[in-house]
Amino acid sequence: MKILVPIKRVVDPYSRVRPLPDGSGIDTTGIKFEINPFDEIALEEAVRLRERIGDVEIVAVSLGTSECEEQLRKALAMGADRAILIETDQLYDPLGIANELAALAQEFQPDIVLMGKQATDDDCNQVGQMVAAILELPQATFASKVETVPGGVRVTRETDEGHETLELNFPCLITTDLRLNEPRYVALPGIIKARSKPLDRRPAVTSSSPKIRTVRVEAPPARQAGRMVTGVSELVAILKDKGVL
Amino acid sequence: MSKLLVIAFAPDEAVRSVGFAQAVGLPYDILFLTGEPATDLGADRCLAANLSEVPPADGIARFLADFAAEYSHVAALSSMRSKDVMARVAGRMRAGMITDAIGVESPSVFRRPILAGSIIETVETLSFPILLTFRPAGFPKPERTGASSVELIAATIVSAATRVAQTAQSGTRPDLGQAKVIVSGGRPLRDAETFERVIGGLADRLGGAVGATRAAVDSGIAHNELQVGQTGKIVAPDLYIAAGISGSTQHMAGIKDSKVIVAINKDPDAPIFEFADLGIVADLYDAIPAFVQALGDS
Repeated sequence: MKILVPIKRVVDPYSRVRPLPDGSGIDTTGIKFEINPFDEIALEEAVRLRERIGDVEIVAVSLGTSECEEQLRKALAMGADRAILIETDQLYDPLGIANELAALAQEFQPDIVLMGKQATDDDCNQVGQMVAAILELPQATFASKVETVPGGVRVTRETDEGHETLELNFPCLITTDLRLNEPRYVALPGIIKARSKPLDRRPAVTSSSPKIRTVRVEAPPARQAGRMVTGVSELVAILKDKGVL
Repeated sequence: MSKLLVIAFAPDEAVRSVGFAQAVGLPYDILFLTGEPATDLGADRCLAANLSEVPPADGIARFLADFAAEYSHVAALSSMRSKDVMARVAGRMRAGMITDAIGVESPSVFRRPILAGSIIETVETLSFPILLTFRPAGFPKPERTGASSVELIAATIVSAATRVAQTAQSGTRPDLGQAKVIVSGGRPLRDAETFERVIGGLADRLGGAVGATRAAVDSGIAHNELQVGQTGKIVAPDLYIAAGISGSTQHMAGIKDSKVIVAINKDPDAPIFEFADLGIVADLYDAIPAFVQALGDS
C-alpha cells in the first residue's frame, strides 16, 4: 500500500503571534515553526497502519521554501520512508496547493492521501477536500478512527451531531481530527536515521494564479477588561442586571 | 450575473444565514437540502431538494457544483458538515473559498479569523464564483417578511463513500450554535457522571446547552460534539459560563463572540480571567451549587 502524507510548515501554534506594523503579514521574529499538528496526526496514523498491516510505503510531501526541509526531516524521523519538497517561494492559495498535491498524487498513485483537516495557521480547512474533488476520490474528513477493510477503509469521523462511520474504497482521501491518535515522541536514533532517508526536491508543476489573496492582517479588537466578583449572589445580581439570566 | 446562493443543510440554518446574505448585499436564493423551506426570509427563490438526509460529501458536492454554476457567491453557515462539503464543491468547480467569514467589506472582500482567532485576516476574492462559509454571530438578525416562490429541485445523488452508521442529535438541550446560555466545563470535572451532574445540572436550570474543553473531551468526560474552540464548535451565546476552564487560546477562539463570559476557577492566575467579563475565584464544586441555589431563591 502507498500513503501520501502532505506536511505543512506552520508557526508554532502555542506561540503568541502579532501582525507586522504594516499589516502585510505576521511578525515571525523569534517564532518557532512546527509540522502542522493535524498533519503530524496524519503521519502518525500512516505509521500505525504500516505497523498493523506491513507493506506500506509512506511519502511525506511539502510545498514551500527550502525551510520546509526542517519539517520533512522530522516527518522522516517519525517514520516516513521518503520525502518530497515541492520547492517554491511563490504564495499558493488552498486551491493552488491542492492542484500541486493532486498532480503529485497522479504520479505517485497512493491508495490513501492522509492529511490534517486544517492548518493551524490559516485555519482554512479546504485543501484535503479540494484534492479529493480534483482527483474524484471518496473522502472522509475529521477522522477519529481508521480501520482497513478488504479493498478500502472504514473511517469513523466527527460530525456536528457526534460521529458517523463511512466506508471508502481505495484510492481515497482522509483528513484527521484531534482524537485519531497521539503522535509519538521521536527519539535521537530516529532523528539520526532520518538523515540518510531520501528527501527529493522538485519544482512546482502547476502555475500559481491564486483565487484569493490576503489584503491585510490585524489584531482583533481587544475585549474590554472584565471584573472580579466576590460571591455568587453578586454574580447572579449582575447577570440579571445585564439581562442575560 | 452577481447573485448569491445560500445553502441550508438543515432547514433552521436558513434563518441564521440571511444576515450574512444581506450584508453581502446581492440578491439571493436559498437552497434547502432537507426539510420545509421558510419562504419569509427575503430570498428571490426558495429551492427545495427534499433530501431525507445529506449524503456523503462526494455525492452532494457533485450535485451542488452543477447547481451552483449560475451564481457568483455560494455560501453556507460554518459547521463541520459545511466545511466537509463546501471545500469539495470549490475543488470541483476549481473555485476559491473563504472559510469562516465574520465580516463583509464588499461582495469581494471579507474578514475572517486565523491563527485560532489571534489575528483577523482581510481576504479578497480575485475570481468568481467564490465559495464561503460564515459565522452568523456578527450579522444582524433579519426581519421576517415577504413570500418567496418555492421550486422543487430533483436531486439524484450517488456517493462513492457509503455511510454505515451515524449518531443522531442527542438529548433535549438546545443546540450549541443557537443556545442563549452555555455552561461549559473542563478537566476538573473528573468524570462523565460528575460532568453531567454539575455542568448539565446548571445548564438545565438555565435552559441552556452544555459545552466542554478539548481536555475534557480527550479524557472521556464529555462527548466530542460538545467541544468548543478553534477546532470544535464556535459559539456566541448571551451568557457563557466557563467552569474549571483555564482559557487556552484554542478554547477562547470558540467563545469570544459571547455577550457575557463568566469564569469560575479556583486558580486566580488562570488566563481565562483576562478574557472573562466576570470572574469568581472559587472551587466550582462550591460555586455552582451556590449559583443554582441563588437562582432558586429568586
